[in-house]
Order: sequence, then structure tokens, then C-alpha cells
Amino acid sequence: MTVVVVIGGGPAGLACAIELRRRGAGEVLVVDREAQAGGIPRHSAHQGFGLRDLRRIMSGPRYAQRYVHLVRRAGADLREEAMVTGWSEASGLELTSAAGRENLRPSAVVLATGCRERPRSARLVPGSRPEGVMTTATLQQLALQGMPVGNRALVVGAEHVSFSAVLTLAHAGVRVVAMTTELPRHQTLELFRAGASLRYRFPLLTRTAVARIRGRSRVEEVELLELESRRTRLIACDTVVFTADWIPDHELSVLGGLELDPGTRGPRADTGLRTTRPGTFAAGNVLQGAEPADIAALSGRHAAGSVARWLAGDRSWPAAVPIECAPPLHWISPNAIGPNAESPPRGRFLLRSRAFARRAAIEIRQDDRLLWSGSARLAPGRSALLPCDWVTAVDPLGEPVQLSTLAG
Amino acid sequence: MTEEAAARDVVIIGAGVVGAAIARELSQFELNCTLVEAGPDVGAGTSKANTALLHTGFDSKPGTLEARLVRRGHELLSEYAPRVGIPLRRTGALLVAWNEEQRRAFPAIVERADANGYTAINEVDRDALYRLEPHLGPGAHGALDVPDEGIVCAFTPPLAYATEALLAGCELRLRTPVTGVQRLEGGGFSVETPSGHLKARYLVNAAGLRSDEIDRMLGHSTFTVTPRRGELIVFDKLARPLLNRILLAVPTGTTKGVLASPTVYGNVLVGPTAENIDDKSDTSSTSAGLAFLRSEAERLLPELLGYDVTAVYVGLRAATEHDDYQLTIHVPEGYACVGGIRSTGLSASLAIAEYVRMELGAAGLPLEPKRELPEVRMPYIGEELPRPYAEESRIAADPDYGRIVCFCERVTGGEIRDALGGPLPAVDLDGLRRRTRVLMGRCQGFYCGAEVRARLAARA
Repeated sequence: MTVVVVIGGGPAGLACAIELRRRGAGEVLVVDREAQAGGIPRHSAHQGFGLRDLRRIMSGPRYAQRYVHLVRRAGADLREEAMVTGWSEASGLELTSAAGRENLRPSAVVLATGCRERPRSARLVPGSRPEGVMTTATLQQLALQGMPVGNRALVVGAEHVSFSAVLTLAHAGVRVVAMTTELPRHQTLELFRAGASLRYRFPLLTRTAVARIRGRSRVEEVELLELESRRTRLIACDTVVFTADWIPDHELSVLGGLELDPGTRGPRADTGLRTTRPGTFAAGNVLQGAEPADIAALSGRHAAGSVARWLAGDRSWPAAVPIECAPPLHWISPNAIGPNAESPPRGRFLLRSRAFARRAAIEIRQDDRLLWSGSARLAPGRSALLPCDWVTAVDPLGEPVQLSTLAG
Repeated sequence: MTEEAAARDVVIIGAGVVGAAIARELSQFELNCTLVEAGPDVGAGTSKANTALLHTGFDSKPGTLEARLVRRGHELLSEYAPRVGIPLRRTGALLVAWNEEQRRAFPAIVERADANGYTAINEVDRDALYRLEPHLGPGAHGALDVPDEGIVCAFTPPLAYATEALLAGCELRLRTPVTGVQRLEGGGFSVETPSGHLKARYLVNAAGLRSDEIDRMLGHSTFTVTPRRGELIVFDKLARPLLNRILLAVPTGTTKGVLASPTVYGNVLVGPTAENIDDKSDTSSTSAGLAFLRSEAERLLPELLGYDVTAVYVGLRAATEHDDYQLTIHVPEGYACVGGIRSTGLSASLAIAEYVRMELGAAGLPLEPKRELPEVRMPYIGEELPRPYAEESRIAADPDYGRIVCFCERVTGGEIRDALGGPLPAVDLDGLRRRTRVLMGRCQGFYCGAEVRARLAARA
């Protein structure tokens, strides 16, 4: 009898299953819809994975393999190429695979479905619809399979993943003609930015939007709009990579009737990573897009503790107090406080802003009571870390907690 | 250049929804037919970027051929679609008045529908309208309920028609643009293509946007096609519960206005814009068009803006200076011009084909029915009936129908394999998309883009 079903076999789901087994939670099944579990790191064929969770650094594919190995060794059941296609009170989780259709009714469900980059259509970029327009994930999978990518690429976005795309393009022999961001500066570590531009010699065009894509069967050129001067210019390329602009893959969360947070657009979760549906937990980047793989894995490990306690306990599901962000703050994760006032994963909240600020004064209030105040360095696309000592002061029966910043 | 000695009975130019329907219709008779298409696939031009409505023709101009053929086509397609597996659903439509002036136009609209033989329209007051469509934006004054309007898959019909034609013996020549047409002495036509001349006793011009050009090659000049660009945006499937029926606008004379509609794939569509352009191949979307559609979406269904746009697409209607189809049978020469078929062409396609067959028959084309006709069942890509991933028995018989490759649209490896084979295989990503829905979903290839390309490349 399967006690826990973990949906999604990326770093968060696999780390959660390993921890559940370690805590003796009983039979754990991880289902992954891809032919191979391991999640997004499978496609990132460069170094930089595993530092904070496995205490060693390896490549993405090695990291993914390592987790698959660990989850099997931990005695969890891992089923690949199996997709949860339905979720209802009447029939439980409906699983579709080559083995047919099955209905699962576990005691607990962990959603670890991850996030994805918003494609060109969701960004409403006008123009023709030629081949050669893709997200980083598609690019990296094409490159990994040794399939042709293109010759000259424009990279849209300037976050960590955008520089990961640059590495992949360079490795695939594609010249990067420029990187664009609508923001006034890039959002990665200065070291990455300087290193990449120096090594691959491409301009970073800030405050620049993609106004139009042209080309018949293949991309031929892109019209760029300088947001300050409103000047346009054409840049010749045959490939456009839309990077970052993450959105949690929340389809199952919606199907399961979970409340979503308007900021993260992932399921609302308290600091123990409980969603608004009893017995249902969420972990990793389905909560927010996107944190590095090791952070996602640690979130999965954190959720496992809550799942184990819930399985062993009285199975009550107390309501949590939501946390609301005022602009320019974009979201906080986790975004609710339960009555037990637990700590969030790693003892830190992740906070995102839509605007840059070197030292923003942050205030956390509930019912006009000041719970915490302090400062944080804010940059879109990168999380600031907030301490969690204030959660014990939250009134579990009070109004939503309000988070605001004074500096723009 | 080779002159092919053997003359065909009929050559049909254009494998859009109209040309393919005519090929299907004529293939049911003892005729030697060839369908020639400039593009790489059937239904890959304007036919694929339609609003995908099943029109009753209630609002057509009474007395026109279009009015008659849309009405008949609605009947024929409603019967044909479930038989071959074309997704179709009679959702009903609400023609919404947003001010009193528009509401005062209702009696005239009902009168026109009556003149078109459509009498099932009911007026719905404001409160009833919001009960039917609780997510409708504020400010509506009432609506006309047109219960027989519906939605239909725009991709499957041309493929179904062409598959049926092929199986019945029709020849299909893809990537074969027609560069010239000549009348032959003693009757018949010579159709010039880069791969040679085709001789035909009868000629059907269903060249869509280029139907006027083909017509001119034969010395006629009664109409000019001006491509009318229509941009459409498709919202995420999660938005589907916001809408039950098609929301139509009160027509203003030049266009039918922007509509919101569920799609047979489970999305919500908003569009089209209407803009006359010069270039018959310019299917680019524009920032002005997209901004306008977003504002229209907000007006019609404000909550829509809380959902992502899954796809943007652009169609070019074959508009002419006339307000009817340019469907003329030139009897003595045996030439059927089937031009100027606008967005109602999908609804009317089977009726247009029937009409052309009868008129060509009257013009002397011998119509002896074939004794046996193929039975075609298309892969089902709608949401009304179970798709392969949801059918235990199909997965048991072939486990590839349980291996989901495209997660957003739940397309299985078995369906992709099928679409790359069969009598009319997909030759490119777009063809695969139209046959299976692969890559049509919210991730637009983030997960399966590389895998699908690899499967296509392995077949090519």
C-alpha cells in the first residue's frame, strides 16, 4: 500500500522521497512523466550542481543520476514515463503509463512538478512564427541530443539561466549576437556576467525589448526596441532563446483544487510546505520559479519532515495565515504561516521584487502590529533571504500578514 | 519540363479545406482526379488559422450563395464530423449587445436569420445572460442566443477530406505550385508546374488567396483577393471554465467584430482582428493587434487576463471586393472557379464540394458512383471524447498510447508515430502539430520540443 506519492522526479521530489524513506514513512512512490527522472539538471551539461544539498559539485546530468541512484537505494519506488493525468475526490490520483491507467489513493501527496520558462507566445512577442525560437530547456535538450540549433543566437533575459544558455550555445558552436533584458541591468552574479561577455564577446543590451521576430521558415532577424529612447533596430540572427520568466507548472495544483498564490502562481504553502488541501504538500520550484537545483532539493527534504509528522500525528489540517506582498515586492515563499510557527526550508524566506534596490527597508506587519523590520538587497530574478524568527509572533487567527518595502 | 500524356478528368488546384473537400467529393465517382498543392501539406495555408467556428449562417446576406452553402454545410459537417472523428461541438453562441443601440439591432438580425431559414434564435435579457455566462464582463445589455452555432477543429477536416480522397484513388501532389494554366485546343486544360504539365478535362480553382491569380491565367478578371489579416490569441486551458458558449459581437458592417470562443482543444480563443494587407504570405502578428486583442479579452471576460496566452496565430481571409463567394462554373470550358471563400469556408466546405460536383455534372462531367468507398477514421484530437491516453483498451493493445510525450496536450508516442505514417504523413513540425496537437500547449516545447523534433527527424 503506497503511503506517499511524490509527483515529479526532479531534485525536490527525489530528495523528498529519500528523506521520507530515511524517516521510515513507509512505501513511497515517485512518479515522473519524463522517460528519465532527474528533472531539469539532466539537460544542464555544465558544472555547479550539488553544493548545498550533497556537499559536492558536479555537472547537471551527474547530479540527476546521483539522485536517481540515491532514491532507488533508499527503497522508494520510482516510476518513469508515468504521468498523473487526473485528480479527483472520487477517483484519487489517476496515473497513465504504458502499463495502462491506475488510480492511487495515498495518505499523502507531494507536488514537486517544478517550473518552466514562459514561451514566446505567453510573452506576446509579435511577428512571424518561424523555426528557431525556443526556451533554454528546449535549447539544452537539442544540444544534448546533438541536434542542430542554429548559427547566430539572440538570448532574451539576463538571469542565471540566461548565462547557462550562453554556455550551451557556445558549446553547440552557436555565436551569441546579443543578450537583452528589459531591466536596467543583468540579474546574475557580476562574475558570471563579466566572464561570459569577455569569453564569448556579446553585448548585453539593457532596457531593451524584443519588438518583433521576422523570418519565413527560419528566424532571419529580430527587431529590438530601446525602451528609453523608443528607437528600434534590427539584429540578424537565426535563433532566439527566451530564457527565465519562470512559471510554476501548476496544472495539477489547480486540478487538485489547491489555492494558488497570486505572486508565485504556485500553490500557497505554509512554512511546513503544506498546501491548502489536506494531506497535500508541495516542494521545490512548483512553489516559485526558479531556485537552483540544490535549493529545490532542500525544500523537498524539508517537506518530507512535515509529511512524516503528519502521517504519524493526528492528521488535523489547520488553516494557515497567508502572507501578502505589496508592490514592488513580487512574492515571498513560502507564503503562509501555520499555527505551529515552523521554520521555512533552510530557516529563510525567499523574497522577490520587481525592482532593484541596494538596501530596501522591509516591514512585516499583521493587523497593524510590526512583526519584523530590516533591510534587503532586491533584484528581479534573484531571491533575497529573509529571516524567520518573526513567525512565532504571527496570530494564527489574525488577518493576512503584510510585507512591504519603503524604498523603490 | 515533361508533358504528361495521360489526361486527368479533373485537376483541383489548392489543398486547403475547400480544395480537399472537392477532391473528396469527386473521388466518390469513377473519375481520375489530381489535387495539386503549392505547400508541403494539406490544410497548411489559410485553412489552419481559422476561428474554427461551425456557422449556422444566421447572419449571412440572404439570397447569397454563401448563405445557402453555409446552411447546407453546417448540416453536412455536423453529420460527417462524428463519423470520421472530427472534433465538433454545438456550444451555441450569444450575440451580445453592449449598448442600447446594439440591442435595437436585434430585430433586424432575427429577421435576417429568418430570411436565411434559421428560426431558433431567442432573445436573452441581461440577467439571463449573466446566468448563462457568469464571467462575462460588466455592461452587457442582453443577447441573442443562437443555439446551433458551434466550434469545430480546423485542422482535421482538410486532412480527413484528403485522406478519404487519397484512399479512393485521388492523386495528391504536394510542393507543386501552379505557374500557369492554358486552355487546350479541342477542350481541356494544361496546368503548368515546376515538375511538368498536367492535362485535365476539367479544372477546379480552389487556390484560396491566389484564386484570383489562377482565374486571371484563364482570362477572367471578375474579382481580386485582398488578404485580410486576422490575429487570434489562445488562452491557457485553465481559463476554459470562464466560458460556456461563443460570444459574438453585433456586426458593424465591415467585420463581424472580435469574438471569444471555447476551442475544441479546451482553450479560450479571442479574435480576430481585421486588417487588409498586400502581402499574401504575411502571417505576422503585430504589437497593435495583440494589444487590441488583450483589451478586447479584458472587456469580454476580464478574468482571462489572469491566464497566460498559450498561442498567437494569424490567418489571412481571402476577401474580395464582392460580398459573396466567387464561385462560378464556366460550363462550356469545364472550369470551376471556387474563389473568395472567406472564413465561413470551413463550415461550408462539404456543401461547396457538393455544389461544385453537381454543377460540373450538369456541365458534362460524367458522374458514375464508385462501388466501394473507403471508410476513414481520423485520430481524434478533441476534448469531448477520450483520447488515446485515456483509453485503457488502446493502451493494453499498444503501450505506446500510454507513453505521453507532449505533457501539456497529452499526446502519446503512439499518436506521433501514427501521424508520421499512414496515407498522408506529417512532413514537418507544423504538420505534426495539426495532426496530434503536439507542441500546441502552454509550454510550447519546453518539455518535449527536442524529443518531438528527434522523432520527426528519425522519420524524415
